[in-house]
Amino acid sequence: MNYNVDEKGYYGDFGGAFIPEMLYPNVEELRQNYLSITADPDFQKEFDELLKVYVGRPTPLYFAKRLSERYGTKIYLKREDLCHTGAHKVNNTIGQILLAQRLGKKRIIAETGAGQHGVATATVCALMGIECIVYMGELDIKRQAPNVARMKMLGAEVRPAQSGSKTLKDATNEAIRDWINNPVNTHYIIGSVVGPHPYPDMVARFQAVISEETKWQLQEAEGRDYPDHVIACVGGGSNAAGLYYHYLNDERVNIIAVEAAGKGIDSGESAATSALGKEGIIHGSKTLLMQTPDGQITEPYSISAGLDYPGVGPMHAHLFRSQRAEFISIPDQEAMDWGLTLSQMEGIIPAIETAHAFAALDVRKFGPEEIIVFNCSGRGDKDLDTYIDYFKL
Amino acid sequence: MNRIDQKFKEDTKLLSIYFSAGHPELEDTVPILKQLQASGVDMVEIGLPFSDPLADGPTIQESSTQALRNGMNTEKLFEQLKNIRKQIDIPLILMGYFNPMMQFGIEKFCQRCEAVGIDGLIIPDLPVDVYHEEYKVLFDQHGLYNMFLITPQTPEERIRYIDEVSNGFIYMVSSASVTGAKNTFGSTQTDYFQRIQKMGLQTPTVVGFGISNADTYNAATRESQGAIIGSAFIKFLEQEGVARIPDFIKSIRA
Ligand SMILES: Cc1ncc(COP(=O)(O)O)c(C=O)c1O
Repeated sequence: MNYNVDEKGYYGDFGGAFIPEMLYPNVEELRQNYLSITADPDFQKEFDELLKVYVGRPTPLYFAKRLSERYGTKIYLKREDLCHTGAHKVNNTIGQILLAQRLGKKRIIAETGAGQHGVATATVCALMGIECIVYMGELDIKRQAPNVARMKMLGAEVRPAQSGSKTLKDATNEAIRDWINNPVNTHYIIGSVVGPHPYPDMVARFQAVISEETKWQLQEAEGRDYPDHVIACVGGGSNAAGLYYHYLNDERVNIIAVEAAGKGIDSGESAATSALGKEGIIHGSKTLLMQTPDGQITEPYSISAGLDYPGVGPMHAHLFRSQRAEFISIPDQEAMDWGLTLSQMEGIIPAIETAHAFAALDVRKFGPEEIIVFNCSGRGDKDLDTYIDYFKL
Repeated sequence: MNRIDQKFKEDTKLLSIYFSAGHPELEDTVPILKQLQASGVDMVEIGLPFSDPLADGPTIQESSTQALRNGMNTEKLFEQLKNIRKQIDIPLILMGYFNPMMQFGIEKFCQRCEAVGIDGLIIPDLPVDVYHEEYKVLFDQHGLYNMFLITPQTPEERIRYIDEVSNGFIYMVSSASVTGAKNTFGSTQTDYFQRIQKMGLQTPTVVGFGISNADTYNAATRESQGAIIGSAFIKFLEQEGVARIPDFIKSIRA
């Protein structure tokens, strides 16, 4: 089986472009151009250079000695938390801003939940001197004040999404509506491997630098360029897609995806899409999503705003259905405890999203000779208020 | 003959009204339809509410959210429409997003549409190609038309393609925008209406999005075969109520 996108924009049963005709010209322009633009040597040179001198790539592949000893296995961390702006999100925004420039776009829009993708977008817009508007749910604006301030400082306009449940899915709706209203001069930088084709594939390709580096770094460290397991948290699925990318069709590598169970899968307050979702359409993509029996999209819950999305990208829906990947879900409490564990055992304060991934170590047994690579997708600075509240620090 | 085709034979300045089923009150669907027909409206689009209506502006979004809160859903709507053909003979179109239809089951959805006497569907997020490959046969079996949208940005070649595969009418979105009432149309819109008229399409065209009053209705129907009013009607309903619908229709046809 092939786990990459096919020429029609599908991953198995999932994907496609279920968009209103108003968006057809914009999405079609992208679809026709994204492969040729990103394959252009000039583009690649500028992309690689910015990832190196601006983002700080390659990010280290760090052998976590104490953690490895405790769990009796070999644990590596891919340090995306060391990227400029504090998470993997910037790999994608650098790629998309260069693409937007080549398409002649003068205005950038984005959606954001926790604000990480919004900050990463505002950052590259400042870098290129392009107007930037970030849609953010009204509730999230209240919950994520520091990131709102960062975006404003970077010169972006933060527009509250006031419709529906006033969170990430509504911010995405508002960004899409903005794009419908501004079809010619605007590029929409989506923040994860979601949305209509070609977005899931395009974002995955920009994030693929994560596994591209992992391959040679592992070769140097272990004398082989593949691990036994790759593990990442999945909100929409972009950091996971980046870590899995070059191993998707390599059956020697086991893929583990970690979703947020929130207050528990059966609590009614969860974001574990693989367990709770059904096939449907969200934001222009056929995928798994959480919905009522009538097909109304429901509001997910997780303590980490970045995993608080009612769907997953179509690549992940396919990895789940085909059983290429193992999906597990981790409740708030275990994720929070892992935030503390990683801090105190390795000196790395992770984002709460990231902390979910590590909880796989408690769920699943790994052998002493097995090599595991975790995507350490982001740092915990943005989550300090939540950690302070939770642990009464 | 499909009622939609029949209508276009009789009339070339169609007035069509969109409203969200289950709004303002859950049981308003049938009373609204009766009022519309009695006021001389030619065709109706009944909106099936969705939690995440991507192509809609604030007015329709809010009416949709309210309808869901009132308890509207697909099954409920079909129940309300069960005997509708005993009372209403103008064309009835269901307009809604694809996800709720998928969850209901597309085949069952088509069966129920046929059973209650629905003539066609408008599904903004179901692309033309997917419709043709996967669903057209089914829709045809149940005598349902599926209408497609074009916009000022749609390339000529694609308009020709849509014209070829269309039945009923082509829904001309008036400007690059989501739904919502406007007071006037500028030269961009009239140029666009004229450009499409000159193309001499085989399918009738109906203009929608942004039509709110006699001026915009007249501007739209000068170069096309009809116009659809949504947001402006919904706002009127909220403020004035079902009983005063004839006043609204009179003001448009003034
Ligand atoms: C650090 C971090 N990890 C993971 C995610 C989840 O997104 P994705 O699943 O697209 O990687 C986010 C989103 O905000 C994030 O900030």
